[in-house]
Amino acid sequence: MNYLQFFDMRAEVSLMALILIVFLYDLFTEGKERRGFHALTCVLLGIHTLLNICPGEDVELFGGMYQSYAMTNIMKTILSIGTLLVFLQAKNWLRRDDTRHKEGEFYVLTLCTLLGMNFMMSAGNFLMFFIGLELASIPMACLVAMDKYKHESAEAGAKYIMNAMFSSGLMLYGISFVYGTVGTLYFNDIPTMLEGTPMQILALVFFFAGLGFKLSLVPFHLWTADTYQGAPTAVTSYLSVVSKGAAAFTLLVILMKVFGPMVEQWQTLLYAVIIITITLGNLMALKQENLKRFMAFSSISQAGYIMLGVIGGNELGMTSLVFYVLVYIAANLAAFTVINVIEQKAGKVDMSDYNGLYQTNPKLSFLMTLALFSLAGIPPFAGFFSKFFIFASAFSAGFYLVVFIALLNTIISLFYYLKIVKAMYITPNDAPIAAFSSDCSTKLSLALCTAGIIALGLVSAIYDGLNLYAFGM
Amino acid sequence: MNILSLFVLIPLLMLLGLWISRNLNQVRGVMVAGSSALLLVAIYLTVDYLGLRHAGATEEMLYTDSYMWYAPLHICYSIGVDGISVAMLLLSAIIVFTGTFASWKLKPLTKEYFLWFTLLSLGVFGFFISTDLFTMFMFYEVALIPMYLLIGVWGSGRKEYAAMKLTLMLMGASAFLLIGILGIYYGSGAQTMNVLEIAALHNIPMDMQRIFFPLTFLGFGVLGALFPFHTWSPDGHASAPTAVSMLHAGVLMKLGGYGCFRVAMYLMPEATQELGWIFLVLTTISVVYGAFSAVVQTDLKYINAYSSVSHCGLVLFALLMMTRTSCTGAILQMLSHGLMTALFFALIGMIYGRTHTRDIRQMSGLMKIMPFLSVGYVIAGLANLGLPGLSGFIAEMTVFVGSFQNTDTFHRVCTIIACTSIVITAVYILRVVGKILYGTCKDPHHLHLTDATWDERLAVICLIVAVAGLGLAPFWVSDMLHDSVTNILSAHLSNL
Repeated sequence: MNYLQFFDMRAEVSLMALILIVFLYDLFTEGKERRGFHALTCVLLGIHTLLNICPGEDVELFGGMYQSYAMTNIMKTILSIGTLLVFLQAKNWLRRDDTRHKEGEFYVLTLCTLLGMNFMMSAGNFLMFFIGLELASIPMACLVAMDKYKHESAEAGAKYIMNAMFSSGLMLYGISFVYGTVGTLYFNDIPTMLEGTPMQILALVFFFAGLGFKLSLVPFHLWTADTYQGAPTAVTSYLSVVSKGAAAFTLLVILMKVFGPMVEQWQTLLYAVIIITITLGNLMALKQENLKRFMAFSSISQAGYIMLGVIGGNELGMTSLVFYVLVYIAANLAAFTVINVIEQKAGKVDMSDYNGLYQTNPKLSFLMTLALFSLAGIPPFAGFFSKFFIFASAFSAGFYLVVFIALLNTIISLFYYLKIVKAMYITPNDAPIAAFSSDCSTKLSLALCTAGIIALGLVSAIYDGLNLYAFGM
Repeated sequence: MNILSLFVLIPLLMLLGLWISRNLNQVRGVMVAGSSALLLVAIYLTVDYLGLRHAGATEEMLYTDSYMWYAPLHICYSIGVDGISVAMLLLSAIIVFTGTFASWKLKPLTKEYFLWFTLLSLGVFGFFISTDLFTMFMFYEVALIPMYLLIGVWGSGRKEYAAMKLTLMLMGASAFLLIGILGIYYGSGAQTMNVLEIAALHNIPMDMQRIFFPLTFLGFGVLGALFPFHTWSPDGHASAPTAVSMLHAGVLMKLGGYGCFRVAMYLMPEATQELGWIFLVLTTISVVYGAFSAVVQTDLKYINAYSSVSHCGLVLFALLMMTRTSCTGAILQMLSHGLMTALFFALIGMIYGRTHTRDIRQMSGLMKIMPFLSVGYVIAGLANLGLPGLSGFIAEMTVFVGSFQNTDTFHRVCTIIACTSIVITAVYILRVVGKILYGTCKDPHHLHLTDATWDERLAVICLIVAVAGLGLAPFWVSDMLHDSVTNILSAHLSNL
């Protein structure tokens, strides 16, 4: 065996090293020594991101077990940036008295799920893929239940793990159908033998259900609202962007590379799922009062938009999907950072608590407004561009009606995003949340996200650069 | 650097200046400097444009420039102007300038107000200089969203309802528009987003045109208050603060007519011929229905808002008549309506600021109390009902003469129906003027009101000069418009 192969798995190897360092540091330090723990982890994760920022080439290792495209590496980098932002905004929460002792566990578990996602994205074999998926799911349940003495958090964890296991079971069943009909689990060999027999269609549907759960597509979304609401806000934001981005990219690659011959079947499937997901997610978001629940439904509908990049199965779709995820990370994490810091400082997460926020915390409200405008797709913020591109990619494949319905849904989504803006700017309130100043790491996280919201759209270099590495069917 | 880019750059600098300004005087300074700079650039551009045309420049658009932005989708920052856009830029600059003075004493949160106001004008200017479908659409949306906060925070009456309704309806329209734009882009072979190049290719298949022409036209038409999608306009205008009403009725609604002409009709001429009649019926209803609605309103702003529905309907109506004269008339009507409606809203805002009511039943005899504002109101009213010598006459005359040139019976009937709006306009204008300006003042509180201050006088005088200028010397504008209209209509005229 050629051990040099491990060097081609840079992202995974350096992430494992990172996990070990954080774990050992957590093990051997106590008291005052731990003050620099947060900074250390963030710096190390930053270094890890920088080390892997160069997309490299397409590689295939261990006899096809591990396949990584340049685009996969880019996606990994994007996800580590997302994780870094989550770590930055989590500091407030981690320094609370009741969570202080769990700081190390939070880092290690989060990084483990990130490692799982990396493996999941660069799997070349269904077993490898499944192991990655599980590594990404199981520690996640611990994270969701991190505030274990809070009733909701424990409940959320239980709901998450039940659903995760159920969908894993479904997916394994689907994978066994694939194995049963084609006799191999290697991605390279499967497409030549796929014919679209009923058994294989069933396999496709089961497989789709498994990833649909991670993406919280309707009808696999039922866990989302409760889990998002119950989980600590930092974990919710991680779930809503990083975990979702990884699943979306994996789904895109596997549908194109493995289920390529069955394109008509999965396009039909996606057609229905996209319409239901966007519409239902939006309609449910209308009535939410708790902001975290609200963001849960908004993220369900956003997942539907992300799927528009998959349905075309073309190069433009891949570029647009990755770009969408990047922009979504910036916008959603900005919104979550604000929600998190307000939750930690004032203990409030309801929409009505935000009434009159502009009077007391103008800067925070302004940044929240930018984030919401970006999520709603309003220029000149990045969300407008990413939405346009993802619509264009689905449109170019001829899916006019889906794009039209998605567009009509953006109006509903605008309505509920504007509700928050209205609360902050317009609705009068005698006792708005008192003015406070945020700590450095929250400020840094907000600054990075806002820079992303503004620059990602206006600077075309990023999209053009992504386009160089994209591939279609 | 291209002179047109100044129209984007100056508002950007204004935003930056507002961001760093610390007190009210600095905010006002930035706004005055910026809006006068824009006005000067617009005037210079008009003069220079006319000069170039007289010197024999025959290109369809002048000052063109193009920078690649998003290569995979052929999105460029392409700019260029023809006579129509120059006229629109001038109109917008005048209204932004006067709008600044009309909101001179606005409180609270003056800085934020002007930030959003400037962003709105950035969108408007950007829209008129763009020749790329994507950037056009982007600027269109940039112009829409500040409206929500401008109405919601600084408005009056049912402001939250009106702001949400306006934003959602216009954003809904932009959904239609976006799909229309994608349809045009992919229909013409996904080669370019540049309007001029797509028009030159002229290759959108008829079955695509049939789907995407109505969507595009509707998308822009909603902004032009097309019946039955006009309902955002009265509520929005009535609740908006003065300068926002001015900018919105004066300029933003023109984006609709301009877009219908420049994008929908220019790029999909065959579908316009085939399906134009549907929209012609709707616009005819707009024209007459808007005028009738204005007659029964008692709120000054509602009266003017419905009158805007009627007059903006006339713009789309004239465009769909598709004769050279009627289309020139449509553009003249845009200019004329933009100026006089801005004048109206400015005056209404000033009167409301003093009397604290807009209900015409509670006001009377204002002529003696505030003569300057009242005379201004009479002039605006006369311009609105089409008195020769003021801009309204020129515009409506051209529109109706041009419409009558379309000899088709159906078009004739529509023209005759639309003509009745002239009479109805006279009814509601004269009714209001008689009621609030003349007679004896019944409300004792009104007796002590003061007349306009210097900043208000400046805004009103500027607009009156423009209205009268357009009315007395329309030839230089119609010269400027004529060739450009012919260019856009060329595909239609060859078919007729």
